[in-house]
Amino acid sequence: MKKHWYDHLWIASLAYLALGFFNILFAWLGLLCFFIPLIISAVKGTKGYCNRYCGRGQLFGLLGGRFGLSRKKDIPGWMKSKAFRYDFLAFFFAMLFVMLWNTWLVFSGAQDLRQAVTLLWTFRLPWHWAYHGTLFHAGVAQLAFGFYGVMLTSTLLGLVTMVLFKPRSWCVYCPMGSMTQLICKAKNKNG
Amino acid sequence: MNPVKIRRKAAVNQSACVACGCCVKVCPRQAIKVVRGIAARVLREKCVGCGKCAAECPASVISMQEAEA
Ligand code: SF4
Ligand code: SF4
Ligand code: SF4
Repeated sequence: MKKHWYDHLWIASLAYLALGFFNILFAWLGLLCFFIPLIISAVKGTKGYCNRYCGRGQLFGLLGGRFGLSRKKDIPGWMKSKAFRYDFLAFFFAMLFVMLWNTWLVFSGAQDLRQAVTLLWTFRLPWHWAYHGTLFHAGVAQLAFGFYGVMLTSTLLGLVTMVLFKPRSWCVYCPMGSMTQLICKAKNKNG
Repeated sequence: MNPVKIRRKAAVNQSACVACGCCVKVCPRQAIKVVRGIAARVLREKCVGCGKCAAECPASVISMQEAEA
């Protein structure tokens, strides 16, 4: 199997997490992992992002596969059920809106910037070292903190299920994966 | 001796497939592909029944079935 440039995008995923540790504004790059899959599925009607470019999936595949950090057991039935996958998708988007709402509050001046990264939608980790001020509005940084929290949370969940089940178990319930599959189903319904 | 050769082929439970494409990446024969972002499909003529895709599939929805070939 020939390696392509896009088979190394796991490096970008690692770099993303590292950069956000030093300067939170890099977290804005995470929007790429959000919009590119949606655009590919909406325009081309394929899961090209998952199937080729997703660095996060590659990272889990590498750590769980090559590095052996996975038990390689079957994922439990409920976890791959449509009910769980779609509920998790809905929950994920609800949390995304909460995050955007908090960003809006900072933009509008109703709330001060919180220099923290929220993990698992609950735990607030201090992260002030990664904030060096911004040329723009404090809201720009708030979105960065919020988005980094989303990325870190999903990486953490992915790592846990990688260890417990198969390397890329995260891909079974990944909200972007479920979302793009739904878009493809809708788009390819008649044809 | 049995004159009919029994070969193993991969088969995808398509309704449970999440279309992640992990199977495609490990198949040595390009015998499996994700169709329209909905589910994976096995090209049975190409499949050599190695089982790599079934081991890799994070949702474990590929089974190896015996088929006459
Ligand atoms: S399901 Fe999620 S993590 Fe897996 S390849 Fe697709 S976008 Fe990446
Ligand atoms: S690895 Fe499994 S879930 Fe993913 S596309 Fe292949 S058959 Fe479907
Ligand atoms: S059994 Fe082997 S040859 Fe057949 S589709 Fe799976 S990986 Fe490819």
